[in-house]
Amino acid sequence: MFNGRFGIHGGQYIPETLMNEIQHLEQAYLHYKSDNDFNMELAYLLNSYAGRPSLLYYAEKMTRDLGGAKIYLKREDLNHTGSHKINNVLGQVLLAKKMGKTRVIAETGAGQHGVACATAAALLGMECEIFMGKEDTERQKLNVYRMELLGAKVNVVTSGTQTLKDAVNETMREWVSRVADTHYALGSVMGPHPFPMIVRDFQSVISREAREQILEKEGRLPVAVIACVGGGSNAMGTFHHFLPDKSVRLIGCEAAGLGIETEKHAATIAKGTLGIFHGMKSYFCQNSDGQIAPVYSISAGLDYPGIGPEHAHLHDIGRAEYVPVTDEEAVCAFEYLSRMEGIIPAIESAHAVSYAMKIAHDLPKKENIIICLSGRGDKDVAAIARYRGVNLHE
Amino acid sequence: MSKISDAFKKGKAFIAFVTAGDPNLETTEKFVLEMKRSGADIIELGIPFSDPIAEGPVIQEANLRALASGTTVSKIFDMVKRIREKSQIPLVFLTYINPVLKYGYDAFFAKCKETGVDGIIIPDLPFEEQAEIPNRHGIDLIPLVAPTSEARIRKIAAVAEGYLYVVSSLGVTGMRSEIKTDLKSIINIARETAKVPIAVGFGINTPEQASQISKIADGVIVGSAIVKIIAEKKSVGEYVKKMKEAI
Repeated sequence: MFNGRFGIHGGQYIPETLMNEIQHLEQAYLHYKSDNDFNMELAYLLNSYAGRPSLLYYAEKMTRDLGGAKIYLKREDLNHTGSHKINNVLGQVLLAKKMGKTRVIAETGAGQHGVACATAAALLGMECEIFMGKEDTERQKLNVYRMELLGAKVNVVTSGTQTLKDAVNETMREWVSRVADTHYALGSVMGPHPFPMIVRDFQSVISREAREQILEKEGRLPVAVIACVGGGSNAMGTFHHFLPDKSVRLIGCEAAGLGIETEKHAATIAKGTLGIFHGMKSYFCQNSDGQIAPVYSISAGLDYPGIGPEHAHLHDIGRAEYVPVTDEEAVCAFEYLSRMEGIIPAIESAHAVSYAMKIAHDLPKKENIIICLSGRGDKDVAAIARYRGVNLHE
Repeated sequence: MSKISDAFKKGKAFIAFVTAGDPNLETTEKFVLEMKRSGADIIELGIPFSDPIAEGPVIQEANLRALASGTTVSKIFDMVKRIREKSQIPLVFLTYINPVLKYGYDAFFAKCKETGVDGIIIPDLPFEEQAEIPNRHGIDLIPLVAPTSEARIRKIAAVAEGYLYVVSSLGVTGMRSEIKTDLKSIINIARETAKVPIAVGFGINTPEQASQISKIADGVIVGSAIVKIIAEKKSVGEYVKKMKEAI
């Protein structure tokens, strides 16, 4: 039986107060995972509510422009709430409801996971509280109001660096304080076991569909699948069903911020070292004394000092590659895809688009690559405008 | 019996927590000695961490102050050495696992042994993950049990070294006006397998609470209340004396 380890990574490094709950969660998940009614209910929600299956779109104009392998976009941006986050949240909130919970809590960075969580809670009739760093609530005021509109309470986190990492800290503190009726719907493939497994499984719908779709369209597997990585949930979902296909390169794009040679980045694989934090052993940006480093990215969703343990393991064994992409490169890709294909990607997803732009030209025309377009970019328009010197506020 | 367990022999133990380096290590050293003189039986020294997920606001802020003053694990070991020239009071580290991992498990525990640290509490290293640190150079690993531990209490208590730390309430550290957990039943279950004394912490701040807890437990742990007194620059010694007298 799976013990929650991915090589040396993973585990359950959490306060004793949560241990019984998290073991109970694992049992409940393993039960419902093979429960027919649960799976039918989830499939119904994913298809009839969230809009799955998502399209695998052939970006013909972009392909021609780059002059190499065919480029396909897995359109998670077209899901209800505008990102892949809904896949995980519908699964977890449904699971929580089956477990008899009446309340869900969650962290959020840019607000995508928070909005998805508030949406699922509204739909499934659960109380919902979201924890968001003060700095992020100011950067993403619209999402704060959106969550409130959906009936969630948004708690502004003023501890530490007031960003995603601190939102996770505060959600854990809340869970320790009120665990009996509350489920922590963690938003990424991180945290203590069983979260990295649960979130991966719920997100693996991305690669299950994409693999079938590409075989149907092209009759061959892609040479590479590319996704952005913060905690790593859309990437893990995009990689999962391609893991046994050894010919498929799996490429995760980390946020290099102002550059990995500076202090201002969130490139965990490139610059992090082994650590234990937020319940898991993995790689983290930290100093020589084991203090977690403040990280930076233009993308609030990638602005996290760690990476999910399965990614750390895939890096160790060389099955996946992790590459840094800077703010500037991501913004250029954001603008490129908007003009080239009429698709405004989330700034997170633009990191993956950017790397595809780098490698596509050198790949044979008969081959294809898949980019996970994890979210839509409406939320980022004001920030990108400001980055380009246009004084635009939401 | 270890040096820590011995500290419970003279009656109920008062266990005082301070964050090392808050506001700086010279002051921490002074407070440790002052608390010892005022009746503290064991000192818990918190190693500051950037993201202390089990702590409430009072100790979170102390962690930030300590880090801002340049406190590092190496400098804390130096302070322990200085304390050991003046006092043999049992010293216990309270630390998150990451600074220990980063220092190197073997080097960390060897250094504990060398400088005279007697025990360690790691709030994010539950029973199942204790294999992370198999070789502790004889340093006592003090485990925690919580109000939610239920069937886990017996197996955790059975492996406890130094003392067993019973968490009084759900939630993070910090002062509470009332402790509602049925501590007596938790302690009774723990005593079935524990070979070490049992101390209760989280939320305790008044002499009345300490007195009540001491009727069912072997020791009383106080953290946030002391850290708050330090932050407010009031007399730590007087408070410790009052608490020790109450138990």
